[in-house]
Amino acid sequence: MLENRKLILAHFWLAFAAFGFALCLGAWQMFVRSPLYTWISNPEWYYRSLTAHGTVMGYVFPTLVAMGFGYAISEVALKQRIVGVRWAWAGFWLIAAGSVMAMVPVALGRASVLYTFYPPLIGNAFYYIGVVLVVVGSWIWVALMSINLSVWRRVHPGEPVPLAMFANVAGSYLWAWTAVGAALELLLQIIPVALGLKSTIDAGLARVFFSWTLHAIVYFWLIPTYIAYYTIVPRAIGGRLYSDTMARIAFILFLVVAMPIGIHHTFADPQVGAGFKFVHSAFTALVALPTLLTVFTICASVEIAARLRGGRGPFGWIRTLPWQNPMMLAVTFSFLLLGFGGAGGLINMSYQLDSAIHNTQWITGHFHLIFGGAIVIMYFAIAYDLWPHLTGRALPDLRLVRTQLWLWFIGMIVTTFPWHWVGILGMPRRMAYYDYAHPALAPQAFPVTLSAIGAFILLTSGLLFLYILARAHAQPATDAGDYRFSVPVHPVRSVPLALNTFAIWVALMIGLTVTNYGYPILVLSARSDTSVPAVYVGAQ
Amino acid sequence: MSARELFTFRNRYFSFGVGVAAGLFVLTFLAGFILLPKLQREVQFAGIWDAICSAAGLPQRSATTAEPVKAAHRLSEAVLTSTTLARPGQESIGRGATLAQRCAICHGPTGISRADSPNLAGQYAAVIYKQLLDFRSGARVNAVMTPFATGLTDQEIADLSAYYAYLPRLPAYHPTPQLPKPRIVIYGAPLRGIAPCGSCHGSLDNKTGSPWLEGQSEAYMKAQLTAFASGERRNDISQQMRNIARAMTPQEISEAATYYASQPPDIVKATD
Repeated sequence: MLENRKLILAHFWLAFAAFGFALCLGAWQMFVRSPLYTWISNPEWYYRSLTAHGTVMGYVFPTLVAMGFGYAISEVALKQRIVGVRWAWAGFWLIAAGSVMAMVPVALGRASVLYTFYPPLIGNAFYYIGVVLVVVGSWIWVALMSINLSVWRRVHPGEPVPLAMFANVAGSYLWAWTAVGAALELLLQIIPVALGLKSTIDAGLARVFFSWTLHAIVYFWLIPTYIAYYTIVPRAIGGRLYSDTMARIAFILFLVVAMPIGIHHTFADPQVGAGFKFVHSAFTALVALPTLLTVFTICASVEIAARLRGGRGPFGWIRTLPWQNPMMLAVTFSFLLLGFGGAGGLINMSYQLDSAIHNTQWITGHFHLIFGGAIVIMYFAIAYDLWPHLTGRALPDLRLVRTQLWLWFIGMIVTTFPWHWVGILGMPRRMAYYDYAHPALAPQAFPVTLSAIGAFILLTSGLLFLYILARAHAQPATDAGDYRFSVPVHPVRSVPLALNTFAIWVALMIGLTVTNYGYPILVLSARSDTSVPAVYVGAQ
Repeated sequence: MSARELFTFRNRYFSFGVGVAAGLFVLTFLAGFILLPKLQREVQFAGIWDAICSAAGLPQRSATTAEPVKAAHRLSEAVLTSTTLARPGQESIGRGATLAQRCAICHGPTGISRADSPNLAGQYAAVIYKQLLDFRSGARVNAVMTPFATGLTDQEIADLSAYYAYLPRLPAYHPTPQLPKPRIVIYGAPLRGIAPCGSCHGSLDNKTGSPWLEGQSEAYMKAQLTAFASGERRNDISQQMRNIARAMTPQEISEAATYYASQPPDIVKATD
């Protein structure tokens, strides 16, 4: 049993409760703007819901999962008491308070600006301050992860940092740095306008700041998933991790190349020069590297498990894998969704190809496939794997767990594939109403209906997930034993200093941010003629 | 662990990491800032520096660029924000009431017109402010209104706007039975680029600079939409209304006007 299970459970439960709430909103949105429903007649309600859905799914849910999982990793991998538990609780309550503070103005229709803010649209200041509190709460976690690791290092000088903790701290550093972009946007630009201290805003600069956060935040969401690939999956299916070094290199690569690529989100923006767009496009291609390394290493690790179970032949071993094991299902689904999402991502990151699908439903399909699909399905797997150690009770029924994972996988495909398709047909995203009666839109009615059905499959799966976790609390108590992470094929005796520390990689991350973002930000900040009047939500 | 041990080119991780990152940056920079701009056939650059500046997004202010094209008619110079005239003083409203005596012949003594002129009671101050500025400058022309507006000072325009915004919204003089909301008001016509009327003019939402229309004269609204569509009226900023009116069918114009004329005004007062 984990010592800090209350802390970890609090993070997970708040994360999953928020997820359930936002999932209901998402399904409702899909329904009301599909041909299945006549139309709510007021787009404001749609954008209100969309803002809440994005804010919870983008900021609250993954951050809490990363934090809760991070505390568990810190305790289990380092085998030491967590230092700063009171601070950890303070971070948790900051996030809870920030979420409520942000959601109240959204519910009242005073901040329907979507989670990506979209200045010069300006909502109620409490919305932004709430988001800032969420970020500040998560920075406490970043500091605690770093402190716990340095405490461990003092006791274990020169020893290899356990892989799970190494990856966890890499993720926390990535988040600390990538959140700076949105923090600058909020504190220097949006909040002064929202408080009425200024009435104009440099929307172009704000979008550049946000792109600093917007892409690397995806890798922050992704890190817990990758930690699960490397340190949970091989153990859970009875195999060994193929390479500990490869894993470290993958996490280091994420740290370095996740940052200097965000301008690919602003390919259609006039305020950034074409040269920088090209540089960011080229660097975005590099992000495929850590993912390809991971796919190779994990497939090799899975093959090891299969061969240990008697699998033979070049592909015959696949049959011998433990397909009844939820973790096996989850990693398979996650890889498939990651493959589809990644393939679509190649289009988005290409400066020219992007223009075909920019701002269409293709993009919505893409990020739901990556985040909602590949990432979140592993969040489920992490919860299932940790739950017996957190509650001291076994999961109620593995069949239910498998059904839940299958439903999520099918639901995600049914939702996102038609989205990609209508995106190619030119359907714009972020719209509350589509006139399917018009002959030009009629061919989109069927795929949109299909994706709305997918949304309800996802909703069913999400609610089933919450039900399984809740029911586990009422199961008879059992001893789940010690929680452990996967063991590599070759025991790790020593690791080169560069792969055991972060200094070089953090320096490179900051250096590349300066080279790739410095000039656009400096020039836009220095110019005095780039601000526009703010448009206040609900102002007349 | 020491920084000296890590940050040295003898450390192959450091030299490899920094080397690859710097190499990639230089390569992509050369491609993105020099090679690709040079390959663009439709743009000619004077030299490498010119190409780099262009790729960096530096606005080009060449001396040879022609002056912006001047419009053949007066353009609106009114600047509106959501705080324009937001908190008028009591004196301003009082002065406005005195000045409004001369408007009463068309707009009614209580700001409710019996002459198919706009009802001004409770209209947003920013709306009246902008229209008076435009009548005065000639951006909007009307045989009756132009002479009234020509002599007004900035302060008088602000006072009049504050006074009318202060008046309570009253039901129109000749309300017709309430009609269901037509599609154009609630849905717009997305494929023709028409936003719902209601998203700016009331019924769904109100936006800065857009008048609320409930209970206004049907004939007046029809006439304005037709004038926007023909280009006879053109004081809308960035052609917002002209683009919409041009794309509307005569039937939609008629439906929107009839619907708004039949609605009772929102009881909420325009100011605060």
